[in-house]
Amino acid sequence: MDHVIEARGLAKSFAGADAVRGVDLTVRAGEIVGFLGPNGAGKTTTLRMLTTLLRPTAGTATVAGHDLIADPAGVRRRIGYVAQGGSTNPSCTALQELVLQARLYRTPDAPARSRDLLAEFDLADRPIGSMSGGQRRRLDIALGVVHRPAVVFLDEPTTGLDPQSRSALWDHVRRLRDRHGTTVFLTTHYLDEADALCDRVLIIDRGRVVEEGSPEELKARLGGDVVTLEISGDVPHARSALAGLASVREVRVTGRTLRLTVAPGDRILIELTRALDAAGVEPLSIQHTRPTLDDVFLALTDREAAARAA
Amino acid sequence: MPRDTWLLFRHQLRLTLGGWFGLVFGVLQPVLNLVLFGPLLGTYLGHDSWQVFVPGVLIQLSLLSPGLAGFGILFDARFGVLERLRVTPASRLALLLGRVLTNTVVLLGQAVLVIAVGAAFGFRVPVAGLLIGLALLVPLAAGLAALSYAFALTLRRQELFAPLSSTFVVPMLLLSGALLPMSAAPGWLDAVSRATPFRYGVEALRAAFAGRYASGTLTAGLAVSVVFAVAALTIGTRTFTRRHS
Ligand SMILES: Nc1ncnc2c1ncn2[C@@H]1O[C@H](COP(=O)(O)OP(=O)(O)O)[C@@H](O)[C@H]1O
Ligand SMILES: [Mg+2]
Repeated sequence: MDHVIEARGLAKSFAGADAVRGVDLTVRAGEIVGFLGPNGAGKTTTLRMLTTLLRPTAGTATVAGHDLIADPAGVRRRIGYVAQGGSTNPSCTALQELVLQARLYRTPDAPARSRDLLAEFDLADRPIGSMSGGQRRRLDIALGVVHRPAVVFLDEPTTGLDPQSRSALWDHVRRLRDRHGTTVFLTTHYLDEADALCDRVLIIDRGRVVEEGSPEELKARLGGDVVTLEISGDVPHARSALAGLASVREVRVTGRTLRLTVAPGDRILIELTRALDAAGVEPLSIQHTRPTLDDVFLALTDREAAARAA
Repeated sequence: MPRDTWLLFRHQLRLTLGGWFGLVFGVLQPVLNLVLFGPLLGTYLGHDSWQVFVPGVLIQLSLLSPGLAGFGILFDARFGVLERLRVTPASRLALLLGRVLTNTVVLLGQAVLVIAVGAAFGFRVPVAGLLIGLALLVPLAAGLAALSYAFALTLRRQELFAPLSSTFVVPMLLLSGALLPMSAAPGWLDAVSRATPFRYGVEALRAAFAGRYASGTLTAGLAVSVVFAVAALTIGTRTFTRRHS
């Protein structure tokens, strides 16, 4: 079984309003896949359908080898789910929650497994109400993987955490995959999180997957590299010299600054300086920046807005 | 399913007993009733007022304690505990029954406490009558707790749950004749009272505690309690599993 999640045309409407409109997904074993989108895009709704909590209005899915509609109990045994808003009772201790969870999954030696998880996730057996946000989030994830699921679903795992807790949590997520081969499907509205953590990113907007690829691919395809030049001499002349080059996609001028969107490549700066030389233009400064997923996101939402306007 | 029910029962029970605050205050009102209202009742009912009043307080407890059980599930829903449990393979029915069982056991503990306080004031009960009486409380408490959970999950609004539940529980309490005997009521009120299950519970409890085991009152009370429990648990599990498919 190579595909851990396979969904076709998954859709959900709430009282006539479409929250998710036909999502297709394929996730392979051992991948970390990110579901990236703004608030209200339909990330949580999709996750709740894939984890048997919500019945889809339309569509089919196989999760961890079991059909979502025909065999929800089979799906539940093989998946873990970490909800967006937390999952623990503040008046319980960490161990109480872990042991209950382990027993409900019929994990052999539930107390030992629970103590191992406390150690693995750097936690102490304390009342959950007295834990920090980062500790509580790590406990949520530990609860989601007590039974060593084939796939774990994480809904916005780091929203609201401080930078240190975020990067600690990222390490734990990577370790789940690297050490235990767990497939991870997470949602986020942070581009840097998708960039840092995911092998593959699906961008969801208004209930539809609008783009898909590795963070690198998306950046190359939609962002392009950016070169910023400052010119001392004739700006329009420099502009026309550069705009003609095959690897330059777009030129924007603000004052003496030219902002070029270019095809990614190592030789781009050499090419640009040669063209400026030939035109007799002297650059004052030249800066090459790789795009972030933010640029991808902006490019995408621009494209969507243009498509709607047309 | 029985194993999951047992696991969830143990977990809930430990949590409830850990929260001694809630437990003490749960039983405080009925006990205060006993202490502050009981002696007064003696002036009107004579020396056997405790025999009438203690069963009434037990029914009051059975209405108030399991009747507000749904509050706890709304708390769990808010903290995401309910959703976490719903993604485990635990049977949906066990998620409900584990809780209902906890409420029932806690109620029995509180009932024993009320009886002990009553005994200190001079309330007397034969052992067989005591056991029958406690057994009578089980279906009433279990049924009411299941209804309370179903109502809470349908309502989903924590701030509305307590006021709306009280609007149901308090009239049930008054109509049951737990506090003042319904024998003094005008005909119409007596008729309305006879349409509520707890009326039969109170009378059966009084019969059991008085040692009138062969009376029709006791049989009727047991029958009504069991029918109520079956109906309430059916509604409760239907709602619970529908909301949690
Ligand atoms: N239970 C619900 N009832 C009605 N509308 C809902 C419900 N859950 C989500 N929605 C709506 O569906 C859309 C997608 O929500 P959600 O999946 O939570 O988005 P995200 O997780 O990406 O922020 C939103 O417009 C939201 O208001
Ligand atoms: Mg969400």
